[in-house]
Amino acid sequence: MPIQVLMPALSPTMEKGNLAKWLKKEGDKVKSGDVIAEIETDKATMEVEAVDEGTLGKILVPEGTADVAVNTPIATILSEGEDASAVNEPAKEASKPAQQQKPAESAPPAEPKKAPSAAANPPQPQVQPEPDVPEGTEMVTMTMREALRDAMAEEMRRDPSVFVMGEEVAEYQGAYKVTQGLLQEFGSHRVVDTPITEHGFAGLGVGAALAGLKPIVEFMTFNFAMQAMDQIINSAAKTRYMSGGQIGSSIVFRGPNGAAARVAAQHSQDFSAWYSHIPGLKVIAPYTASDAKGLLKAAIRDPNPVIFLENEILYGQSFPVPKLDDFVLPIGKARIARAGHDVTIVSFSQGMSYALKAAEELAKEGIEAEVIDLRTLRPMDTDTIIASVKKTGRIVTVEEGWPQSGIGAEIAARVVEHAFDYLDAPVTRVSGRDVPMPYAANLEKLALPTVADVVEAAKAVCYR
Amino acid sequence: MAVAKSKAQQPDAARRPSDKAEDQTAAPVADLGKEQELAAYRDMLLIRRFEEKAGQMYGMGLIGGFCHLYIGQEAVVVGMQMALKEGDSVITGYRDHGHMLACGMDAKGVMAELTGRRNGYSKGKGGSMHMFSAEKGFFGGHGIVAAQVPLGTGLAFASKYRGKDNVSLTYFGDGAANQGQVYESFNMAKLWGLPAIYIIENNQYAMGTSLKRASATTDLSHRGAAHGIPGERVDGMDVRAVKAAGEKAVKWCREGNGPIILEMLTYRYRGHSMSDPAKYRTREEVEKVRSEHDPIEQVRLRLLQKKWATEDELKKIDAKVREVVNEAAEFATNDPEPDPSELYTDIYA
Repeated sequence: MPIQVLMPALSPTMEKGNLAKWLKKEGDKVKSGDVIAEIETDKATMEVEAVDEGTLGKILVPEGTADVAVNTPIATILSEGEDASAVNEPAKEASKPAQQQKPAESAPPAEPKKAPSAAANPPQPQVQPEPDVPEGTEMVTMTMREALRDAMAEEMRRDPSVFVMGEEVAEYQGAYKVTQGLLQEFGSHRVVDTPITEHGFAGLGVGAALAGLKPIVEFMTFNFAMQAMDQIINSAAKTRYMSGGQIGSSIVFRGPNGAAARVAAQHSQDFSAWYSHIPGLKVIAPYTASDAKGLLKAAIRDPNPVIFLENEILYGQSFPVPKLDDFVLPIGKARIARAGHDVTIVSFSQGMSYALKAAEELAKEGIEAEVIDLRTLRPMDTDTIIASVKKTGRIVTVEEGWPQSGIGAEIAARVVEHAFDYLDAPVTRVSGRDVPMPYAANLEKLALPTVADVVEAAKAVCYR
Repeated sequence: MAVAKSKAQQPDAARRPSDKAEDQTAAPVADLGKEQELAAYRDMLLIRRFEEKAGQMYGMGLIGGFCHLYIGQEAVVVGMQMALKEGDSVITGYRDHGHMLACGMDAKGVMAELTGRRNGYSKGKGGSMHMFSAEKGFFGGHGIVAAQVPLGTGLAFASKYRGKDNVSLTYFGDGAANQGQVYESFNMAKLWGLPAIYIIENNQYAMGTSLKRASATTDLSHRGAAHGIPGERVDGMDVRAVKAAGEKAVKWCREGNGPIILEMLTYRYRGHSMSDPAKYRTREEVEKVRSEHDPIEQVRLRLLQKKWATEDELKKIDAKVREVVNEAAEFATNDPEPDPSELYTDIYA
């Protein structure tokens, strides 16, 4: 029986990739460890090694094929005595787990030091047109990753005091490829690879900001920023106040935040509520590439320390982004992503994907949800939330973080303070479960909010 | 083994300024000129009298919270300041009053901040441990032990980024020298060749813990060895030695040689803070340093010996300094508290 070579996954979040090149021809002998093909994702190129010995029988997916789903059979390997005609219907086996291949160990490492990569290209989210953009503006499709890179590059061109520092931001081109190409354009003076020393380089960045530079400090993920928490809060957030307004720090701390995929408790945590607690910080958590670009540019220009929370799962997703020379969005303004009158759903970052899908489901059942994307968590746009609740009388909050003292808890308090008399149902929170993130695939799913959770909560507050 | 090692190190670990003169590695100390000696005398005396006054005002309840006095350590900041030029920066921890006065910050503004009044350097919102002067290149005033070390390294980074030859003086104590972020900073400073001068003010006690009880190795000038950063031990009670070491270090940094460490052997006469009962050392120990190695007395005696000043002239300087300090105290006592509206200002720009 011929052995199928399946499209491998390079990371837990990868769903498909491009088959860039075959390095073996049909009929070539292969043995375990031979590199037979190269595959690409939007962030890395990897080699596929054969795990079995034999002859490359049939190439099922020709080179140059884009978007090959993980676990699709891409070739067959024939054992001695078999011939290629033995394989005509490989698809039947396609659902087997891809245990036959592994990415070659000699390949350029795509894994960042402490966390796996995201290379997913899931279905494109549906987002309302950007209301902050002049009518008739041309929109271009780009990934979140590209939008963030463009925002940094534009601001670095504009202001020589802006520089980027962090682990693997320069020569490696970014652990998640967000800083791709910046080193080539701006040089090592302004794109600075740091040692693995979060506490140290966060503090160094704040010091440079106190002296008037405008650092963009990338944390490979915000999980590692806990090591730097003292510098972020005690030095960056409080100095302007403690100096009576004399000295502040214009600094952006950015990087992926929240749950990734299958990386367990220490690498999957949402810090939104933590940072939003701190006076002196601004906190941004965008969902769309357009918001990410406009808000990151605003964050870099802002004279205050800004925590810019990205999401690994969203990096590879594409969104329409306005083609404007200088697209800057206001910090502190929420966006109504979908208008509705029956129930308000408030979310941010990756939570928006649940919220928007839930709104579609609800619409099928005749419930028109108004979905608000907070975009900025501090200062929080209470006015937009309250105006919506006064219209709908019902509100559901959605976040991936933990429930206690979370963003949803804060929204609930504000709604009760400002719109109590308008409420027709209790404020309801959908959040991550109150547990450390488990590794097992089924448990991980259970720990995160789902579209169904949001639908259920929305129906409950509508008494449906 | 551990015991043997600790015994071998004891003379060094227990070293007080009185013990150290014979094994100083530094070159013979160059004398100061008349004007420099007089300036050093005046500047150190200002810090001494200011701190004595702050101690009194704390006792009267005019100053609240924590208050860490610099008495005994005056030669360190005054000597280092003599080596600086316009555009250099200074940053330190919470024992910061002396640094601010040495940087040329106004005694009234500093004292008014101690009393939490509206004309204090931070409008009364910072207090003893959190004061800044952008104008004088003083970047605080930081209350978290060793947090100023990465920050000071960042100031050095900014200088280099802008292509300037200015240096960053980062002061910290023997206690802070055991914090991890110090070594994270050392690594980056050396890696990137930053103009950072790390000044370890070794006053022998981290709060109540003596150096030998807290540090596996007690020669702190060697703390950069793992990163290839040169270090020097300096008699921090002798303003001439401090100035000489400071000038050498500043030259080293300005010429682009990267960071350098100066361990200043010094001594604080008062407790760690005002509320320190000081049970960890004897009265005799303090008295011995005070009577034999006082930094101000050393200058005073030289001025008299060289006949650069008479007792009367020195008394006049003292009277002038007292006047400045009394004015500051009066100002800080009568200045109003901040307006309640200031509660919500200066959080964001």
